[in-house]
Amino acid sequence: MPLDPSFVGRIYPPTAPYQVGREKIREFARAIGATDPAHHDPVAAQALGHADVVAPPTFPVIVTMAASQQIIDDPALGVDFSRLVHGDQRFAYTRPVVAGDELVCVNTIEDVSTRGGHGFLTTRTDVSTVGGEPVVAVWAKYVVRGEG
Amino acid sequence: MELAAQTFRVTRADLVRYAGASGDFNPIHWSDRVSTKVGLPGVIAHGMFTMALVGRAITTWAGSPDAVVDYGVRFTRPVVVPDDDQGTEIEVTARVREVTEDGLTRLDVTATCLGEKVLSQARATIRTAA
Repeated sequence: MPLDPSFVGRIYPPTAPYQVGREKIREFARAIGATDPAHHDPVAAQALGHADVVAPPTFPVIVTMAASQQIIDDPALGVDFSRLVHGDQRFAYTRPVVAGDELVCVNTIEDVSTRGGHGFLTTRTDVSTVGGEPVVAVWAKYVVRGEG
Repeated sequence: MELAAQTFRVTRADLVRYAGASGDFNPIHWSDRVSTKVGLPGVIAHGMFTMALVGRAITTWAGSPDAVVDYGVRFTRPVVVPDDDQGTEIEVTARVREVTEDGLTRLDVTATCLGEKVLSQARATIRTAA
């Protein structure tokens, strides 16, 4: 089933706040082998001017991938999850994520198209604090592989 | 200007650890049975794990963990990770494309596995080290 192009420009309601924990940042940093003290030690992070430990650059994907379920699970858009391939990913940071942030995501569908039997979906997720401070804008492009 | 190459070894254990830390439990990243059933050569690394390793290379070049202003990639080829102790290796290089007057450095990044590019259009903007 082709993706419905009328979804371009659709903005979804803000997601429930995600509380960024210090141990989650440490766990993620360990998993990718990021040993810089600012990811692990609040004092080292404070020396760089941050309130608490600093997340590595791709950490926000934990928050945005969960938030994008809003789009991927939208029955009206009709994405077949088993055929979904992650094509592109981009982060544009206002500032790094730090422990203690409470983050809210607003998803926008930037593009929906069908070419050569495959569906293409571009999402933009604006991540801000519950107080409304912008933190990072995140784009993901997906290919929904055609059948056969 | 070319920046010094950095290499990252990737084993199955790394994929399991990344799955847990990131919450991405797609079985193509841990099950040979599932990955071959969907037509892959075997278990592949999470694209976002490769992107995270390349992110480490970028922050290392930047000299600071909080210097990345913009970072984007296209996933072009899967990183196949064999079920042995050696796993595989990703090599990351970069070229400085531009140093702007307002203190930013733009990098074109290349990531390869077994000599093949696994990312394309990999670009980062970092704050230029003082």
